[in-house]
Amino acid sequence: MVHKKTGALALVAALLMSTSAFAQQRLVTWNADYDPIPLAAAEAMITDFEAANPDIDVQLTNFDHEGYKTSIRNFLTADAPDLANWYAANRMRPFVEAGLFADISDLWASEGLNDSLASSVLSMTIDGKQWGIPYTYYQWGIYYNRDAYKAAGIEAPGADGMTWEQFLANCATFKAAGIDCVTTGSSALWPVAGIFDYVSMRTNGYQFHSDLAAGKVSWTSPEARAVFAELGKLQPFVTENHAAIDWQDAAAIFVQNKAANYVMGNFAVGVFKEGGMTNDNLGFMVFPEITAGVARAEEAPTDTVHLTSGAKNPEDAKKFLAYVASAEAQTKWNAAVGQLPTNKNSTVDAADPFLSAGFASLSSATGGIAQFWDRDAEAEYAKAGMEGFQRFLVQPEALEEILTQLEATRLRLYPQ
Amino acid sequence: MFPRPIQQSSTGAQWLYTIALPISLVIWLFPLLGVALTSLRPASDLAQGNYFGMPSGIAWENYVYIFTETPIGQYMINSLWVTIPTVIGAVSLSLMTGFALAVYGFRANILIFFMFVAGNFVPFQILMVPVRDMTLQLGMYDTWYGLALFHIAFQTGFCTLFMRNFIKALPFELIEAARVEGVAEWRIFWYIVLPLMRPAIAALSVLVFTFIWNDFFWATVLTQGVDSQPITAGLSSLNGQWIAQWHLVSAGSILAALPPVAMFFMMQKHFIAGLTMGAVK
Amino acid sequence: MAQASDVNFAAPVHRPKAQWNQRTIAPWLFLAPGLFMFAVYVLWPIVQSITLSLYDWNGLYNKDGAFTGTFIGMGNYAELMTDPAFEVSLWNNFYWLALYLLALPAGLFIAIFLNQTVRGIRLYKSLFFFPFVISQVVVGLMFAWFYAPNFGLFYLLTEWITGKGTAILADPDLVTFGIIAAGLWPQIAYVMILYLTGLNNVAPDQIEAARLDGAKGWKMLWYVVLPQLRPATFIAVIVTVIGALRSFDLVSIMTSGGPFGSSRILSYYMYEKALSEYGFRMGYGAAIAVVLFAIMMVFISGFIWKMWRDEKER
Repeated sequence: MVHKKTGALALVAALLMSTSAFAQQRLVTWNADYDPIPLAAAEAMITDFEAANPDIDVQLTNFDHEGYKTSIRNFLTADAPDLANWYAANRMRPFVEAGLFADISDLWASEGLNDSLASSVLSMTIDGKQWGIPYTYYQWGIYYNRDAYKAAGIEAPGADGMTWEQFLANCATFKAAGIDCVTTGSSALWPVAGIFDYVSMRTNGYQFHSDLAAGKVSWTSPEARAVFAELGKLQPFVTENHAAIDWQDAAAIFVQNKAANYVMGNFAVGVFKEGGMTNDNLGFMVFPEITAGVARAEEAPTDTVHLTSGAKNPEDAKKFLAYVASAEAQTKWNAAVGQLPTNKNSTVDAADPFLSAGFASLSSATGGIAQFWDRDAEAEYAKAGMEGFQRFLVQPEALEEILTQLEATRLRLYPQ
Repeated sequence: MFPRPIQQSSTGAQWLYTIALPISLVIWLFPLLGVALTSLRPASDLAQGNYFGMPSGIAWENYVYIFTETPIGQYMINSLWVTIPTVIGAVSLSLMTGFALAVYGFRANILIFFMFVAGNFVPFQILMVPVRDMTLQLGMYDTWYGLALFHIAFQTGFCTLFMRNFIKALPFELIEAARVEGVAEWRIFWYIVLPLMRPAIAALSVLVFTFIWNDFFWATVLTQGVDSQPITAGLSSLNGQWIAQWHLVSAGSILAALPPVAMFFMMQKHFIAGLTMGAVK
Repeated sequence: MAQASDVNFAAPVHRPKAQWNQRTIAPWLFLAPGLFMFAVYVLWPIVQSITLSLYDWNGLYNKDGAFTGTFIGMGNYAELMTDPAFEVSLWNNFYWLALYLLALPAGLFIAIFLNQTVRGIRLYKSLFFFPFVISQVVVGLMFAWFYAPNFGLFYLLTEWITGKGTAILADPDLVTFGIIAAGLWPQIAYVMILYLTGLNNVAPDQIEAARLDGAKGWKMLWYVVLPQLRPATFIAVIVTVIGALRSFDLVSIMTSGGPFGSSRILSYYMYEKALSEYGFRMGYGAAIAVVLFAIMMVFISGFIWKMWRDEKER
């Protein structure tokens, strides 16, 4: 049975109702923060699970999306549900370190999840143990405009994408043809973090990037400088005045064939298509390899469900988690929501080339799945980083000042 | 009068002035005219990059769209829920405080008066954290009355200044005569002074309505969702959804501006009287 | 006619005791509700903010409802001294203050321009006043459209004049000035109305006398008219200074302090640090607010002192 209400009062009411009317069933409580479409998908998932497990009653209490980010800090200590939604990697670290999420490595082992959820193992592991179940993500990568490539006389990328040298060489050709090689709209800051994350992971690999986001390594280290060196090669070819426009303005530039490539998440496809692009002229490729031999990591913000350490019914909660991790449940949920299942044995709609390409890209990413800079890095540090990335793309000559300020912020937030 | 009346200048100067007036007005209101025009431009024009050419049609449907597809109507109702109680509350409280400060002599009078005046000038940020925290603790966060209560309290500063100066300009004999008759103080307030305050109440109501309707900072700090956010904060969040859809942003902006503008044109005399009181000795 | 301002409150008056009591208590009864609200929502929070600036607090209470901040004395202020974003904000506030004062001559000029009695002038005056009536959020959106790269009128204008369009809001050196220009639009309208009213009340006999003496144009303005406009100028200075330092909406809606913080001002920086998505450092934010408050108190005290002197003269 599912109750959709918001707030603490509703939670109490729901609990009272359930315990009185369904005393025979064992209860599992779940706090979530879904928008309407994912909420319907979650309800369907609960219905399917309860059909297979008639003696368990899963009760979902839905919170407003923004308010949840503050509410969770309260309810995990005050009145913990069995299951709670959250995010992976460094974003779940504070709750793991505070002992509020439960270690479910045993579930991962017994269900074979280290294999079926292989791409997400790194992002769900802290101190060698696993702390939640990832069930959905969406890919980031380079979306490109075939018509723009044609207009500049450049061959569109093939199934294997292209090399970094080729990409940069193309950029010079695009610029000569008056087309932006890469477009972005940085006034909200986060879009440029996508570009930085990829350059960083392709230059130094997932682990260094994750440490950088966690404040563990220095911005003035040779590896960090290498990232900015590579980013600097791209800088002259980014849309001018990106600091004054938003990502949707940049999407308009992309759709109007004035830009060739756009580092974005899959949610942008809807916007591109509304602007008139079709599967014929819109393409997707993974970000080129920069340092040879670095295991390919991808950016894919992941949504997760966690067993709380204050759970009253951990046994049945784990059964539900196992269901959430299963291929069938994930196929169904993600088909309804339009995102990608984390289970490599799930299937995606073969008719959607972007979902298929994304699924292939993520499931085979052996280097790890990054969660995006503003989730991998803690809030204040994330903002300082993004401002630095934006500034570098506007004033690359200010690199030393940018690195010094970022380093000062790092030492203030993470005293050594 | 200063400058020299134009009628005394040459015919050429008069013609020049007659032409200069509308031209200067158009230049002055340029941003407004541009936005108004954009709000009536069909979306297809903008998508094709036709920003300033002849519009392919007059897109009244932009306005229909924002009413039916977005919660802009709800935002405007929320604004009313916040603004009208604030006007009533602030004017009522300041009638009393202004009366107290204008009519009675007591040592703390001038101190309290200047405290109200100074309080009106403080930056909002010095109040932000404690007021937000208190509103949260009292369970009034994200409600129209939480926001209205703050505004009533804050506007009391400006309104007290206004009312006190207005009452001070009234003939004191009326009050003296009533006192001699033995009339109680609150009766003096209610039956003698209050009826004379009508122009002041009108002016202040219009001003406070405009200030509160247009307030953005406290709307953002003390309210959150569609159910309680006033139009200013609502427009800001809609702006986040409508990137690159300038016809919608324009239409929303025009709508948000309409009530204070309508209020202004209907009550111009009062509005200006309220703002300029004190500008002359 | 005798007015309340004429009455000498200090002179001893003889009244029966009951009346004396009623008249001593009455003002406090009238003051009570307004004073209470004001104290709770304005006075006490000022004290609380100053105290809070000495703490490090993320805005949360623990499950017993206790405050979770830690006392750090002047730690926040020490950090402010070395914070580059704070320095940028201070400089920007300085530009706001200095450039906002341009509203005074601009408003005066427009007021003089409109101070004629031709047909329809009342409508013109109302329309010129228009920008002040609309919300600053709407003003910000209008100017964001005006400045927008590639299709904004301002961008096209600069492209036409210099051959290369200037996207003001993307340029870290120009962005603050672009926002200030947006803010000046309603501010000039406000000052204009103040001066229009002031001009209406300039003594006509003095003007006539000066005209007979042969004064005209600038001399007339400077020696005869402006001195009579002093009360209007005083109010105009107050609202302009306060408006410049308090400005928040335009920066918030047009650039969110960007690009990379170049258009930050103290009021917006405080909000970023205390409340926005990327910050919950309420103590640090309070410290920034205290600095802004202290700066404004310098001006507020000046204004109050002048108003007090005017009151005493009455």
